[in-house]
Amino acid sequence: MNSLELKDLYDGFRNPDVIKSFQKLIAKEANKLPRTINIMEVCGGHTHTIMKYGLTQLLPKNINFIHGPGCPVCIMPKERIDHAYVLAQQSDVILLTLGDMIKVPGSHGSLQDARAKGADVRYVYSPMDALKVAEENPDKKIIFFAIGFETTTPMTAALLDVVIKRGIKNIFFHINHVTVPEVMTELIDSRDEHVNSYDHRIDAFIGPSHVSVISGSKIYEKFPKEYAIPVVVAGFEPVDVMEAIYMMVKQFNEGRSDLEIQYKRLVTSEGNLKAQALIEHYFEKVDLFKWRGMGNVPNSGLKLRDEFAPYDAEVLFKEILPYEEIDDHKLCICGDILRGFAKPQECTVFGTACKPSSPLGSCMVSSEGACAAYYKYGNLL
Amino acid sequence: MTKNIVLAQGNGGEENAELISKIFYKHFKNEILEKSEDAAIIDGGRLAFTTDSFTVSPIFFDGGDIGKLSICGTCNDLAMMGAKPTYMTCAVIVEEGFPVSDLEKIVRSMKKELDINGAVIVCGDTKVVQRGAVDKIFINTTGVGVVQKSGISSNCVTEADTIIISNQIGKHGATIFANREGMEFSSALQSDCTSLWPLVEKLLAEGIQITAMRDATRGGVAAVLNEWAKQSKVCIEVNEETLPVSDEVRGICEILGFEAYNLANEGTFVLAVKSEDALRAVEILQGFEEAHHAAIIAQVTHQYDGRVVLLSAWGSKRFMDLPTGELLPRIC
Repeated sequence: MNSLELKDLYDGFRNPDVIKSFQKLIAKEANKLPRTINIMEVCGGHTHTIMKYGLTQLLPKNINFIHGPGCPVCIMPKERIDHAYVLAQQSDVILLTLGDMIKVPGSHGSLQDARAKGADVRYVYSPMDALKVAEENPDKKIIFFAIGFETTTPMTAALLDVVIKRGIKNIFFHINHVTVPEVMTELIDSRDEHVNSYDHRIDAFIGPSHVSVISGSKIYEKFPKEYAIPVVVAGFEPVDVMEAIYMMVKQFNEGRSDLEIQYKRLVTSEGNLKAQALIEHYFEKVDLFKWRGMGNVPNSGLKLRDEFAPYDAEVLFKEILPYEEIDDHKLCICGDILRGFAKPQECTVFGTACKPSSPLGSCMVSSEGACAAYYKYGNLL
Repeated sequence: MTKNIVLAQGNGGEENAELISKIFYKHFKNEILEKSEDAAIIDGGRLAFTTDSFTVSPIFFDGGDIGKLSICGTCNDLAMMGAKPTYMTCAVIVEEGFPVSDLEKIVRSMKKELDINGAVIVCGDTKVVQRGAVDKIFINTTGVGVVQKSGISSNCVTEADTIIISNQIGKHGATIFANREGMEFSSALQSDCTSLWPLVEKLLAEGIQITAMRDATRGGVAAVLNEWAKQSKVCIEVNEETLPVSDEVRGICEILGFEAYNLANEGTFVLAVKSEDALRAVEILQGFEEAHHAAIIAQVTHQYDGRVVLLSAWGSKRFMDLPTGELLPRIC
């Protein structure tokens, strides 16, 4: 057998004929729908796929997307970025984080700006890269500004595991890991004090497959069961998303609300138990985590367990970290966009005061945010 | 604009353009500069004149080094104006402690590339600075070329033109990412770093009617096409399927979340030629090893003037935008 090449993993899932076939199947099935259905793709990765491959242009008018809050970069509140900014400015600190996090503005600027002012900010491809940085800089404190959903949490846990086992003294963690099911629940029964009566518009969820590779599809069981909202766990290629939409529309026509897995190539109900055990060992839930654009969401964030406090940058640098609440920008309507009440173009600052190069709200900060995608791919949508 | 210079302002994209126009153009303003071509056309249209500074990490990469790059880059800018590279300058800023053997290796590869272009270095300058004052070595070259075919300009693309790319795209950018510290890719990937004058010379000799040419360096093919669409007030419609991208580059783009058309090239250029000459131009290019994958990639229309549209193989379309900000790997 020839060795497997990277392209073998995605080529078939971008096959134009397959995409067109699903387009026909969906059109036929959607014809039978009694009303427009609103599908929320929770994850920014799906938003990106839908926009990049122009999938909305292939769908009938009675299928509408609500672009959910599942981009860990977009939802990072200014308070947390300000933490990173302050930490990075300590002369004995090297701050590490993942890719596009460094361009998101906090209240004083982004980590990119901090770097321009002399701070040592670096992005890593894998948290494990921190080991090398720590070894090469024994007199510096290496702080890993950890971000991401269930997908990236095990990598942070694995790094901490190595740090403890090898007795490494100069790697610390600022934890900003968040979880998907809690914010989905929040979208349905919002407890946000700003919203008096709440009538969500979500008819179905597309669940991100990479989250379920770790956590299993079981984390979504309550949505079909308790809320009668179907969930399809889908991959990130265009064929994956088209098939997931087809599965969803069929559920509606057959009067079902089930939890289904489209991404059968890697997702099981149980998920990766080893990774789950690692997370469980090092992390615990925080009562409230503030999401940019969404406000406080109960039980949606993680922190290091108290016994690992010596590795926790938030504990260690407590004296210098800012704790004031910062409101989202007054004109920004990200909250409404994330809940499906508004589209990006309806925002008064969209494309004018708020642009990818100078974002005001969460949906504009990363290419996975709904506003950034609408701005980029514009009036063709 | 930000108070302090940020890396994003050197990316060849929006922030870069803003910095240039608000600081440099504001004070240096003149008719020639404002044409904003790859090289300035001076002396009544007889000469092309350009300069470029080179800093790359690592300085030796798969498919080239900073020396080769410093000659290709400047000569290619001249070639893109239909000018044959002739006289050049070379200024080097090098930090103390830099191995002399590496310096000689760099200069040798400069000489090799000069020969390919038929150009000579006629004056130069060397500065040695304290360790850390530059990242190993910075090179500036300036070049003068004699215009062989006048009127080539990115302001004149019309519906009568067809857009061609000379090679697979994104190789230089992807190679530099793959060679950077922290990435441990093993692949056959090589930078496309090469001199383009021989290709241009042949196209001109064969009488191909060239409207515009530009080497797709920083900002990649997307930056070139967007500039043309804006400057010529046309819409460029790219068939996504026809963009030649090697498996290696696609792989790196997949892993890091990049688009091949945003990645830098150092020996790949975009051409707008009269449509009746398009097939013949592709054939001529394909005769060169470094343009083996030359292909027609786009048509010119007026559907969305000033914009570049990507057409997918399944009938959807989207804008191909200028890259904004620093090119950063996406988290997921």
